[in-house]
Amino acid sequence: MIAIIDYKAGNLTSVRLALEYIGVECEITNDPSKIVAAERVIFPGVGAAGEAMRNVGELEILDSMRTVVSRGTPFLGICLGTQIILESSEEDGGVSCIGLVPGTVKRFTPSDPMCKIPQMGWNTVELKKAHPLFEGIEDGSEFYFVHSYYPSPSDPAYTIAETEYADVRFTSVVGRANLFATQFHPERSGRIGLRLLENFSRWDGKC
Amino acid sequence: MLSKRIIPCLDVRNKKVTKGVKFQNNVDLGDPIEMAVAYSDGGCDELVFYDITASAERRPIDIEMVREVANNIHIPFAVGGGIESLDDMYRVLLAGAEKVSVNSLAVKNPEIIAEGAKVFGAQCIVLGMDPVKTDDPRFPSGYEVTVRGFRERAGIDALEWAKRAEGLGVGEIVVNSVDADGTRDGFEITLTSLISTSVHIPVVASGGAGTPKHLVDVFTEGRADAAIIASMIHTGEYTIAQIKADLVEAGIPIRRRW
Repeated sequence: MIAIIDYKAGNLTSVRLALEYIGVECEITNDPSKIVAAERVIFPGVGAAGEAMRNVGELEILDSMRTVVSRGTPFLGICLGTQIILESSEEDGGVSCIGLVPGTVKRFTPSDPMCKIPQMGWNTVELKKAHPLFEGIEDGSEFYFVHSYYPSPSDPAYTIAETEYADVRFTSVVGRANLFATQFHPERSGRIGLRLLENFSRWDGKC
Repeated sequence: MLSKRIIPCLDVRNKKVTKGVKFQNNVDLGDPIEMAVAYSDGGCDELVFYDITASAERRPIDIEMVREVANNIHIPFAVGGGIESLDDMYRVLLAGAEKVSVNSLAVKNPEIIAEGAKVFGAQCIVLGMDPVKTDDPRFPSGYEVTVRGFRERAGIDALEWAKRAEGLGVGEIVVNSVDADGTRDGFEITLTSLISTSVHIPVVASGGAGTPKHLVDVFTEGRADAAIIASMIHTGEYTIAQIKADLVEAGIPIRRRW
């Protein structure tokens, strides 16, 4: 069973539907006991970092997240969920985040005034190292992105893949042991995204 | 590099995809779910559905259809038509749509855009606008916004409206040229470029797509971030793969694997 953490950060329907489509059992929940009991955990989210962190605090799900990540449960972050597992974000005037991976979240600051923010659409994801979640997915495949801020882990060891936008090559996939987190939306990325979710549903959390 | 998006538009009436010229003489083309799956498998980057009779029939959007689409495709899709309130937006997004498109409602009540963007996130809220060319000096951009399926003029300058909507927090603007709609003679390049170079959010060109060359033009001269196509694929004259091959050849960044 995969627990999809609901912390009032956007619409979780597409994540649930993608998992159901590939025949994987899942439950949307904010119950810490269910999160701790799950075989795998997905931490999705869209919206703003400040409000997301307030919700995480109010729902008291932080301890359960730390527990599952530290004991090796396969953990998948998506979009805002990926950003707020870093230590801090530039969004909303500066927000202190969960800190499961050392690093920060920065805003795109393109030199070209014609460069549109948010980045919205499909962009290529270039692997920096092989990872079980990319099994069967060609390097340089495209995934669907919607975001104005990007993850910047403090150690290149945490960068699984990179993507280029607004003059910057940013970390589009963050990884650390059993934690894997994408800035893009696998649930919206067609067959290739579904393949990544299938890989996650079988992953033992080891690299 | 970020790819330019190709977005098939499915106008839905009585649970069938339909297509007319300038909102008239509609003919039925097929089942929306089957067509959505075929286009998604065929390599489109996103889809948009308009429930074109919801407003006129004063009924809410067909949520069952939205749910069916969401169960069957796993790329982003937007839904418009018959959106009257934040509640309607919520229902559409909860049913699995990525984005909700508002048009006449936003003109009537611009604050709904700001509220929707605040509650659901800017990326969910798409402003659809249907500008028509005009010589009237009250509209300095040369384009006036129309509403209710081109039936009424809104008395608003198209460029001014686009900038205002950006300020209110929409995530994206679909610019559908009334003059080009359904003609298959090419996009309204001047209008698209004018809007796209004046706002800092993605702009989707709509109306007039007839050949792959039209898409090349709207992505280069027209500065569009995405383009809506309808008749040229609904009729079977082109496949998305054919269109994409031509765009790749012209050097346009395009998603090539799906």
